[in-house]
Amino acid sequence: MKGRMDMRTLFISPRRLLAAVALAAVFSVAGCNKGENGAAPASSSGAATPAAKNTKKQSIQNIGSDTMVNLAQAWAEEYSKVVPGISVEVSGGGSGVGMAALINGTAEIANSSRQIEPEEVEKAKKATGKDPKEFLVGYDGLAIYVHKDNPLNEISMEDLGEIYREGGKIDTWGQVGVSKIPGAQNDKLIRVSRQNNSGTYHYFREVVVGKKSDYKQGSLDMNGSKDVVELVSKTPGAIGYSGLGYATPAVKIVKVAKKKGDTSVTPSIVTVLDKTYPIARPLFMYTPGEPSENAKKYLDWIISDAGQKVVEKSGYVPLPKK
Amino acid sequence: MGAVFAETALTRRKRLTERLAQGILGLMALSLVVPLVTIVAYLFVQAWPLLSWDFLTSNPIDGMRHGGIWSAFLGTMYLVTASLCVSAPIGVLAAVYLNEYAEDNWLTRMINLAVVNLAGVPSIVHALFGLGAFVLFAGIGRSIIAASLTLAIMTLPVIIASTKESLASVPRSFREACWNVGATRWQTIRRIVLPNSVSGILTGVILQVSRTAGETAPIMFTGAVFFKKIPEGDIFAYSLTDQCMALSMHLYTVTTQVTNAPHALPYAIAVALLGTVLVVNALSIGTRVYLRSRKKW
Amino acid sequence: MTQTTVQLNPPPAAQDDAELVLPTRAKRRFTEVAAERAIEGLIHLCGVSAILFVFGIFFFVFREGAPYVFGGDFKLGEFLFSTEWYPTSMGNPRYGVLSLIVGTFSVTALATLIAVPFGLGSAVFVSEFSGDKGRETLKVVIELLAAIPSVVWGFIGISVMNPVIQNVFHAPVGLNVLNGALLLALMSVPIMVSIGEDALKAVPDSYREAALAMGATRWQMVYRVLVPAAKNGLLAAVLLGVGRAVGETMAVLMATGHAINIPHSVFDPVRTLTATIAAELGEASAGSPHYRVLFIIGILLFTITFIVNLTADLAIRGIRKR
Repeated sequence: MKGRMDMRTLFISPRRLLAAVALAAVFSVAGCNKGENGAAPASSSGAATPAAKNTKKQSIQNIGSDTMVNLAQAWAEEYSKVVPGISVEVSGGGSGVGMAALINGTAEIANSSRQIEPEEVEKAKKATGKDPKEFLVGYDGLAIYVHKDNPLNEISMEDLGEIYREGGKIDTWGQVGVSKIPGAQNDKLIRVSRQNNSGTYHYFREVVVGKKSDYKQGSLDMNGSKDVVELVSKTPGAIGYSGLGYATPAVKIVKVAKKKGDTSVTPSIVTVLDKTYPIARPLFMYTPGEPSENAKKYLDWIISDAGQKVVEKSGYVPLPKK
Repeated sequence: MGAVFAETALTRRKRLTERLAQGILGLMALSLVVPLVTIVAYLFVQAWPLLSWDFLTSNPIDGMRHGGIWSAFLGTMYLVTASLCVSAPIGVLAAVYLNEYAEDNWLTRMINLAVVNLAGVPSIVHALFGLGAFVLFAGIGRSIIAASLTLAIMTLPVIIASTKESLASVPRSFREACWNVGATRWQTIRRIVLPNSVSGILTGVILQVSRTAGETAPIMFTGAVFFKKIPEGDIFAYSLTDQCMALSMHLYTVTTQVTNAPHALPYAIAVALLGTVLVVNALSIGTRVYLRSRKKW
Repeated sequence: MTQTTVQLNPPPAAQDDAELVLPTRAKRRFTEVAAERAIEGLIHLCGVSAILFVFGIFFFVFREGAPYVFGGDFKLGEFLFSTEWYPTSMGNPRYGVLSLIVGTFSVTALATLIAVPFGLGSAVFVSEFSGDKGRETLKVVIELLAAIPSVVWGFIGISVMNPVIQNVFHAPVGLNVLNGALLLALMSVPIMVSIGEDALKAVPDSYREAALAMGATRWQMVYRVLVPAAKNGLLAAVLLGVGRAVGETMAVLMATGHAINIPHSVFDPVRTLTATIAAELGEASAGSPHYRVLFIIGILLFTITFIVNLTADLAIRGIRKR
């Protein structure tokens, strides 16, 4: 059936051929005019190419948390400038995916935005024969985002729980003291959340919703930390949670108070490290047993100042300086 | 005599409804053109600041916020080539069977039914199949091979259908002439039927290239990764057992996970993907034009 | 499809009493015959390969999902009719997919509602009313629409349709049933147009001529003669478009808001079966109930599209027989 469509609609039309070729030509012409785009970094990698062709690139498989994936990738990129012979291959999929990969041996380093569960330790011990080793590599503050025109300035953890928890009672903006959001169509609280493969989702549930409880259904469950912020920035009636590093000028960060009546705290490197901001979590990397030589060097570099500078630049919270 | 052809109320009404219908139907057809043109134009305009030859040939850098799409583009090329190497031969031979050898019995009906159903399987079910069969059961693991095989199964039914049509368009008299001089079935097919249907076959195969290049779901769990660093300009950078980046997956990643990227970046990737698809489609038209012009009947 | 049964009888052996000396069959080299047999065997194998693959798909997907169906505490009723989808709950995992089924259904239904008038209307226009130039342009447009990859449509949904829907319809959120349906409609129209056009072309010209001879206008001919005559093929066109819409993954993943919700209006976000698998498969650790349930959803999808395609095929077979 579908093949027939392709076959039959192909009339020989010089005009159409011309149109397609013109499109391709536009690309090339644009290229001639804009040779400078991305040229600077490209040349350095270009110079490395002939050498890289000769050396067999050693690779480290780094799989796991989507929260950390941008950070992991920034590390990988930076590290490849420091040690060009090693290529760190990063993929996301969620903290759970990273653990699964660790257990079945496809990942040398697993990224996780939550601590490894006891069953996962068991499984890893059974599969690899060794205890997985944990490395603390940074911290992440989860910020509560609202649309930039939203008058809300602070919120308590209890209220957040009532908003997001199954059975929670807060469904409208009026209930949190916001009478009117410019641009919003109605009073409905539009919850933006994450899909359940995300460590952020799990962490938020643990800390805000309650480990034994579940999220209220009906939230828009986004794929990545970025599109939570994107959606909130475009939807006046929305509220969402995402990593501190994903803030943009189009959204507003709401201060969070641990208990109703406490002073509310803005998430920042300082407040995460001194634990006054309540929604912050450590970021981990795990290896099956003792890391291999290349992996150990990589992890050491990550924990060093150079690696931690990347953490800060990516919008996460670096380890406190000793 | 004039009274016979004078306009009555009935004819007037008929004429008006005719015009109205034509107008509405035409409007409906037009309403397909307008969104397409506006969308493509909008994408192009938004992507313009980033489009360049360098965009295609340099790797993504700085958390994939800047630089280009080389690793993703190369990965897509690998996936497409590998999958076509599997699906084209099988598809063509299967179509040869259906058109030249099959008799009108229950088996043939089942095969045709299977082809139609294979064509309708959702892409995510293909992904599940690829995961279950190639990555897990066959133990290939996530790799270009597993992803390509999954894509090959996906494009197979369309190649079969389009090849069947090209084969059927070869006049029966050609075959009969061969049989009359004593050729066997296979000899007829090899020397007369296939060469004369090459244009249609090639067109169908090339069209599948564009479809394969655009698919995301089947490769998400079978071989595509978020990021992988490969040397620029090296077309042998990936090995078949590696995982790879892919243009379609890259668009998804940049749209949903890469923050603080220049506004034009996802648009540029979309345009690159669209551009690849369109260029390949144009190639397929071109091939057909060229080969058609050499047809002898 | 031309069915050819060729009997190549060897010429009769030379008769004793005949003056005619009939030539014996030219001997072919053994290797040549063997090679030909081998190739024909290969061809036969490829021929049945389609059946193998279809069964293979069903088998492997079933294989991954079955252990939970037959081993775990899977309740079909709860699976199909409960709206509570909490696969990663720590306290109380629930696997009800009703919301997802409703999500798929609502987006597909709305998409079909939008696509049928435009698709079939354009098919009629292209086939009966347009001149050559119009037909040519329309064919180009249809082909371009068909060529746009699904992830690009999803991207368009997020970046272009989202603000448009919010502004034009004053909807609280732009990622919803309407957004997904518009995209699906644009994706399934090309199929409807091309197969519909095929169906209309298959109606013999004698029908048209008879109608015109009786004084009908073109429009009257179309809706009184052609459409009823081609109704099987047109139905098939619609069904194949529906099949495409049901099976679509990336576009709906990005554009529907991915919220577990029974929609009360077209402006409510929903989640489809396909998007759920795509979003959650990565995290689910292999062998867990969550993982297996996702495969069961795959079986459900496969069954739905199988039925739709079967019906379409029977409808088309109906017109071929005429």
